[in-house]
Amino acid sequence: MLSSMEKSIAELRETFKNGGTKSISWRKSQLKALLQLINQNEDSIFKALDQDLGKSPVESYRDEVGVLKKSVTYTLSCLEKWVAPKKAEVPLLFFPAKAEVMPQPLGVVLIFSSWNFPFTLALDPLIGAISAGNTVLLKPSDLAPACMSFLVETIPKYLDNKAVKVLAGGADIGERLLQLKWDKIFFTGSPRVGRLVMAAAAKHLTPVTLELGGKSPAIVDTLSTTPSKAKVTAKRIVGGKWGPCTGQACIAIDYVLVEEKLASTLIELLKKTIKRFYGENIKSLKNISRIVNKHQFQRLVNLLKDPNVADSIVYGGSVDEEKLVIEPTILLDPPLDSEIMSEEIFGPLLPIITLKNIEESIDFINSKSNPLVIYAFTEDDTFKKRILSETSSGTVTFNDSMVQFLCDSLPFGGVGQSGFGRYHGKYSFDTFSHEKSIMHRGFYPEIEPRYPPWTDFKLLFLKLAYQFDYFGLILLLLGFKRS
Amino acid sequence: MASEVEKKAVFDIDSAKEVVQELRASFVAGKTKDYEWRRTQLKAMLKMMDENEPQIVAALRDDLSKPELESSIYEIAMLKNSCKLALKKMKHWVMPEKAKTSLATFPSSAEIVSEPLGVVLVISAWNYPLLLSLDPVIGAIAAGNAIVLKPSEISPATASLLAKLVANYMDSSCIKVVEGAVPETTALLEQKWDKIMYTGNGRIGRIVMAAAAKHLTPVVLELGGKCPVIVDSGINLQVATRRIIAGKWGCNNGQACISPDYIITTKDYAVELVDSFKCELERFYGKNPLESKDLSRVVNSNHFARLLKLLDEDKVSSKIVYGGERDKSNLKIAPTILLDVPQDSLIMNEEIFGPLLPIITIDKVEDSFDLINSGTKPLAAYMFTNNKKLKEKFVEKVSAGGLVINDTTVHLAEPTLPFGGVGDSGMGAYHGKFSFDTFSHKKAVLYRSFAGDAPLRYPPYTNGKLRLLKALLGGSILGIIRALMGWSKA
Repeated sequence: MLSSMEKSIAELRETFKNGGTKSISWRKSQLKALLQLINQNEDSIFKALDQDLGKSPVESYRDEVGVLKKSVTYTLSCLEKWVAPKKAEVPLLFFPAKAEVMPQPLGVVLIFSSWNFPFTLALDPLIGAISAGNTVLLKPSDLAPACMSFLVETIPKYLDNKAVKVLAGGADIGERLLQLKWDKIFFTGSPRVGRLVMAAAAKHLTPVTLELGGKSPAIVDTLSTTPSKAKVTAKRIVGGKWGPCTGQACIAIDYVLVEEKLASTLIELLKKTIKRFYGENIKSLKNISRIVNKHQFQRLVNLLKDPNVADSIVYGGSVDEEKLVIEPTILLDPPLDSEIMSEEIFGPLLPIITLKNIEESIDFINSKSNPLVIYAFTEDDTFKKRILSETSSGTVTFNDSMVQFLCDSLPFGGVGQSGFGRYHGKYSFDTFSHEKSIMHRGFYPEIEPRYPPWTDFKLLFLKLAYQFDYFGLILLLLGFKRS
Repeated sequence: MASEVEKKAVFDIDSAKEVVQELRASFVAGKTKDYEWRRTQLKAMLKMMDENEPQIVAALRDDLSKPELESSIYEIAMLKNSCKLALKKMKHWVMPEKAKTSLATFPSSAEIVSEPLGVVLVISAWNYPLLLSLDPVIGAIAAGNAIVLKPSEISPATASLLAKLVANYMDSSCIKVVEGAVPETTALLEQKWDKIMYTGNGRIGRIVMAAAAKHLTPVVLELGGKCPVIVDSGINLQVATRRIIAGKWGCNNGQACISPDYIITTKDYAVELVDSFKCELERFYGKNPLESKDLSRVVNSNHFARLLKLLDEDKVSSKIVYGGERDKSNLKIAPTILLDVPQDSLIMNEEIFGPLLPIITIDKVEDSFDLINSGTKPLAAYMFTNNKKLKEKFVEKVSAGGLVINDTTVHLAEPTLPFGGVGDSGMGAYHGKFSFDTFSHKKAVLYRSFAGDAPLRYPPYTNGKLRLLKALLGGSILGIIRALMGWSKA
């Protein structure tokens, strides 16, 4: 007796097997339907995001709705190009031969999304999976329940139910899903759960993409340039920390590295900017999300419990447990062995670490595991080159924060503990495809030396052939080379 | 100079830890990132092969009774080509790739930079013990990594030779060979690597991936499967037969991941096909193939027993139409063809990896696609036909790592094609630039300037900003102008 979950998956497999997701017209129709879903339900989406995370419509548009619309539109315009086989060069030796690489769907894919960008992180991978011709089971996070419900109810109204399914539920559903065989699993979340996903995938030899996290640092070296650049730097840091879901984002700035002598300038600029963007204090806090739930709230509050950490607070620190709000908080040089400096913060607390010389930031970053992003505010070209060649991260963004997420031509993914695999733009299509090699040969001419019985002549022939020494081959065949 | 660790009597978890620590120190010190270092190592590998060809051929003969030609061409020559290609192309491969930027991030410039992953583990197989060990190592070196190579203990002469040669020719502080069997491999798998590449079977592939999961280590698994050959009528049967023979018995006597495993042909064509095989097999290997020097032997008694089990199964042994002779003391089984074995026989349910070739017959050639797709996805699939429509259907319907039409196995020699599996035949790919890419992290880099800081990104959030954002993300200049002019709705 199959459970309803297993029946759903069997249906997805049947649909895939029968070629239901193969045609470009089907894929395009699904993508257009997704666009319609977003366009026709914008208000409901804003409402759900406000309910789950306290996001304002502008933040929701900027980080979720707008990103998805852009992604679908871009994919629709490029799909025919991506689906086309790519020619590969063939050496003369194999003439006449044709070689190409053709992308093919993997089959039935499982997408796990996270609670902090419940639409983007669910639907952006979905766009990739559909464009590549797969059937999909989407498992949104139950920690953003209004968004999850919305997806469960609304997707079936717009997309092909036999090919795209959404399953509600918590960790137990996730575990059961992981026991089954998939052709690909795409996971966004924490490294801890990432390990469990990969271990489960290993049992079925299922390839995985893991979009994890880490402590994404911002190196600040532009405060002593011009006042306007310093201001823009501060705005981009504030925007990169508290802008995305009040710091609950894998690519949010986790901590800042700055030279000792510039720390106070930076802090003053940050304070001014925070007040202008979000209000004077916790009572008048606006334009900012809240913490997703009590568990995360408690975790963040606990980071500040350590008296040495609490002492380092230079701005903010107030919390409102009822509203699940923590005001933007800046810390100056908390102890490096404290939890706040060893765990990914994922919240509105910003440690500023001071260094004697900004170049020390490279060693500092390398003492921690590879982050998803390194942000570097600097105009020093030599320093930029050093950062690029001496650190390792998923991405490096110079002189800004967050915007690399909007670039469809840049692969988005981690390295080391921040994950592996990538997506966005064509990379989404590729991540859900198998690149199949194809070689076409003709029956003529035949190369006799391929076949036994082996002789010295054949050995010499093949040696020359493998070196593509066509001239040598001619000499051999004309009898001018001795074996 | 081989370090203390490899000379220790037992290679245990502590030894493995030490090896990784040493390699990580070398990597962090920047030794392997250095472009000249990479070139030197690749040149040293070339020299290593040039100066030791007879020893390599001898080791392969010891381990597999591999004919000299197969060793010279399919192992040494292919490896040298791979090395030369890397030396020639590396300067292009290491260059950053420019990436386009859109209006949403204007003004900006972007690129994708290749960087080494760090310390990588290459676990290779016994059937092409030189090629499958060093070909991945070439990619790992070109990409700038430090490497541990664990060759297979089932080809011990080659493993020892590799250990000796690599220690003598290459930089031991960055490239090490660890010999051993299950305990040593387990010790290595406990460590944290930045990438693991494994060539072998699905059972061990699962173990490797599960071990990698503990450290979130990405993996490339080059596994196997039952590579089918569809034979249509109306072709040059002699050429087709010879090419199948070359891909089957000519490749380590069928013990190759991309060897034709079984044939599918129509009931009408089967007899002609079998006759063609009989004729060409005798031409290649003589009347007594057990005595032919041009065939590898079965690697060891375990595999010999395994193959006999497949052959001697009741409902299978009666289907032999050619061959079937065996010589236990020399671990030889003659090229054997079987016709219409039952679908539920052992031989049709596991990868044969040996000199037995079942032919399955069907009514129409088109039926073969469903038959293939009912099994797990193989590493390669082959089809001999002159029918254009059938070719198109084959390419479209059959999912496999790679496909070849009108030949077998040659795609392996094509460095512009990614070589790897899908589904049960594996994940990831290599060869040529794909090797370089598989051992690299492609880091995205975005350069922004301070000019053009749009206030609409920042709070306070207003309807006007929402309108503008919509237009900007929508990417249309007209939309932006309209939004700026206040002509569009929020």
